[in-house]
Amino acid sequence: MQLKTSRIELSRRDFIRMSAIGTLGMQFGKSAFSQPLTGLKTGHAKSVIEIWMWGGPSHVDTFDPKPEAGREIIGPYTDVIETSVAGIRINSNLSKLARHADKYSIIRSLTHGIRAHETATYMLQTGREPGGGEVYPCVGAVVSKFKGDTYKGVLPPYIVLTRSHGRFSEEGFLGAAYKPFSTGGDPSSNPFIVEGIIAKGITDQRQVQRRKLMGQLDSLGQHIQENPEFLAMEACEEEAYGLILGEAREIFNLKSEPEQLRQAYGMNHFGQSCLQARRLVEEGIPYITINYNGWDTHKTHFTTMNQKMPEFDSAVATLLEDLEQRGLLDSTIVWCSGEFGRTPRILWNEPWNGGRGHFADCFSGFVAGGGFVGGQVIGETNATAEEVVDRPVYPQDLIGSIYQQVGIDPDGTILNGEGKDVPLTLPSEGKGRLTEIMKA
Amino acid sequence: MNKIRETNNTPGAMRKREMSRPWILAGACLLMQVAAVSGQAVDNPYEQETSPTRITRIDKLVQAELELAGIEKALPCSDDVLVRRAFLDVTGTLPPQEAYWKYMRAKPAVRRVALIDGLLETEAYVGYWALKWSDLLRIKAEFPINLWPNGVQAYYHWIRASIAKNKRYDQFARELLTSSGSNFRVPPVNFYRAIEGQEPEAIAAAVSLNLMGVRWNSWSEQQQADLAHIFSRVAYKGSAEWKEEIVHLDPEQYSPMELTFPDGSKGRIKAGEDPRVAFADWLIRPGNPWFAKSMVNRIWFWLMGRGLIHEPDDIRDGNPCVNPALLSYLEREFVQSGYDMKHMFRLILGSQTYQQSAIPRSDHPDAGKLFAHYIVRRLDAEVLFDAFRVLGGQGELYQSPAPEPFTFFPEYKRTVDLSDGSITSQFLEKFGRPGRDTGTELERDNSFSVDQSMYLLNSSEVQTRIQNSFRLKQIIRSAKRDNDKAIEAVYRMILTRPPTRQEVTIALAYPGIRNGQPSAYEDLVWALINTKEFLYRH
Repeated sequence: MQLKTSRIELSRRDFIRMSAIGTLGMQFGKSAFSQPLTGLKTGHAKSVIEIWMWGGPSHVDTFDPKPEAGREIIGPYTDVIETSVAGIRINSNLSKLARHADKYSIIRSLTHGIRAHETATYMLQTGREPGGGEVYPCVGAVVSKFKGDTYKGVLPPYIVLTRSHGRFSEEGFLGAAYKPFSTGGDPSSNPFIVEGIIAKGITDQRQVQRRKLMGQLDSLGQHIQENPEFLAMEACEEEAYGLILGEAREIFNLKSEPEQLRQAYGMNHFGQSCLQARRLVEEGIPYITINYNGWDTHKTHFTTMNQKMPEFDSAVATLLEDLEQRGLLDSTIVWCSGEFGRTPRILWNEPWNGGRGHFADCFSGFVAGGGFVGGQVIGETNATAEEVVDRPVYPQDLIGSIYQQVGIDPDGTILNGEGKDVPLTLPSEGKGRLTEIMKA
Repeated sequence: MNKIRETNNTPGAMRKREMSRPWILAGACLLMQVAAVSGQAVDNPYEQETSPTRITRIDKLVQAELELAGIEKALPCSDDVLVRRAFLDVTGTLPPQEAYWKYMRAKPAVRRVALIDGLLETEAYVGYWALKWSDLLRIKAEFPINLWPNGVQAYYHWIRASIAKNKRYDQFARELLTSSGSNFRVPPVNFYRAIEGQEPEAIAAAVSLNLMGVRWNSWSEQQQADLAHIFSRVAYKGSAEWKEEIVHLDPEQYSPMELTFPDGSKGRIKAGEDPRVAFADWLIRPGNPWFAKSMVNRIWFWLMGRGLIHEPDDIRDGNPCVNPALLSYLEREFVQSGYDMKHMFRLILGSQTYQQSAIPRSDHPDAGKLFAHYIVRRLDAEVLFDAFRVLGGQGELYQSPAPEPFTFFPEYKRTVDLSDGSITSQFLEKFGRPGRDTGTELERDNSFSVDQSMYLLNSSEVQTRIQNSFRLKQIIRSAKRDNDKAIEAVYRMILTRPPTRQEVTIALAYPGIRNGQPSAYEDLVWALINTKEFLYRH
């Protein structure tokens, strides 16, 4: 039996078959469901929010502070702050997150060694080394593929706020159907213009009217009937109009949120993206990426960090609190990382003027909710935050842990572009998945 | 059995169609009213009864298969359709107004030939086919190919120059196969670098795909091993210059070598000779079962939308040719013309088969496969982007992961002329530009997606482009409240043809058009941009 090697495809087919049998009034489906043949098990998490700190945030200035390391490592950041969990300290610019340290676990020993943005992003998004003839799908595409069978919402299953990572870290060999939907626009502007769904200044009446005009003037379409290409295009248009004129728009209407809550998230692009992400979780969207730019601080690093950290702090702390208050944190994974960290040794000279370069030997991230225990620290770096001294965590360890907690067997397989089964994740050189913080 | 469909213009057909698309029912009613008043069927700007083009050998060979299957072929396409189609197929660009009028003023008996001959001599032709070759040869600075920017530029410009001078294809292939030297100074050596992996199997697979139209897995294990063996002496080394790489023969492997080619024939090289040359000698000669055949099949696929062997890069025993007589005719022509690419273009473009309407007259399932009508295809991502520029206005913002000086693109340049697969934009990704990872034709994805529909129907980018269109503003201004004139100008700008009378009537009935309201004209432009006629080659 092929069950083990091609379980994913089996599960899709079986799902369809079982649903079909179900409609005939037979009890077959039920018994089959109780013994799932599938790669999709019941997991803790229904949704994932990925906070992607594009550019690579400094680990030493955020979640892995080294107050004793001296000026060449920490520069002006001599202050650290105790968190709500005894013994865990983070940068003092993250005071709100410090109050919620019980909700997330910090990983201080992420490592992969690749110092180029694009390839490092690929590593962290796919858990694979670049090269070898395949472009692997990113974690969001994989989750949306597996969850796609059960998710029945009106919006696409993988949404990026607001710009995508780029093609290195998107659907890979899964093909265009698993490309994330990027909203575009700015959630803190009014209205939030969601590309393709919400246009500025075009009333519904005008939408309907001009759509009718388009149909009337589609002369070639009227002359060529039943062309499969044309039929497919019309089906896409129908679906698009379902979003353009449908209830989906309300999901992006951030004005319906209490003003105080909006302020708590922060009236900026990132803050409102976090709020939007929570609204998408409420809609059951399986995977949401918030692409948070601006962490590539080669120059004037500390000025930028002083501006960005409070913004980051307010938004993420409010997100965790908001999710918990709504009872969503247990079923929502929130994970946060950049593609790498930054050189612990500060570049004081021209042209950097107190900057930090790319650094991938060790860097920090965190995971929260969705079956991950909070209040823990995983791994440890040395006194200068330049090397991992305990429990290295490789990208595939993190990704595999996320898969497991959303109910995808990380040791399962997936069909690649040539129709061959390939493993979802590869074993790492380290201790593997984050079992110490994963609820069974 | 072949059933000939009633013409699509009858009220019966219209009604049937409207019922399947209820949201345009109102439009259909209006159309039928118009038809009833004028006592005519819906106008057809796409076809004409007779073709000014003579029947060619291609047409006879296509016709023979159609008769065998009992399929009626489509009518000849109209001149408006031909001009647009030829511009898109040959140059990836919409016809400029001047070119359109020049054609319309020329003698009907000769203008189709003159149009095609002229297009083949344009710089736009060179750019569009350089794009095609760059896709297939995987020209890309960054991951996973890693040619790096300077290598990309050298290789790309070598390809452009080869196309511009219509280099013999046998010569082009030989240079790709047998060159050695620096990736900056001997551009075709980049063929060996634009491959994922440097091992002999990876090289052999690329050679097989690109120059033989055969996918690696179609060979037997023995054939794979033999083919890889031929490339086992290719070696690479760096230099002191950043990202320079020398492709050379491994000096350690100097001995004589026995070669077995994919057809089972044998070869032998002396000590110090280049096995790649022996392979090129075997491959590039009349009668080789793959070389000329795979190329003419590709050209047919590029222009006609479907290969005689399909997919065109999947030649193997289990994948039969739909018209072997036609394929071998094309192959002979190619060899006899001295592997002349433009000759093959002229031959195909100058046939009645190419110049047919896209509207089928037969619903036989093989009608498209046997070329009983022109096959509609959505515009390529780059071509579509350039097509929007008929409105005037902005070029695209490009980005590249590689630190390169070539991402800056002057306004006047076409997107089609982008050299590097790593230089990209959200638009190009959305509309299925190939990643240049594998070099298969399938990598370019011209299928429709919901995402694309959302973009076209309701994005701020499209809306802004229309609102800011200085060409539209000019049209409205210079029409001086003559709405018929303005509507015609909009049609000519976007669809390169005058509107039919019914279309004018529909447009005039749209709220705001009679008052010359800019927003109403914006909606007219928006509607035409969203028609299949704009979005597809037809």
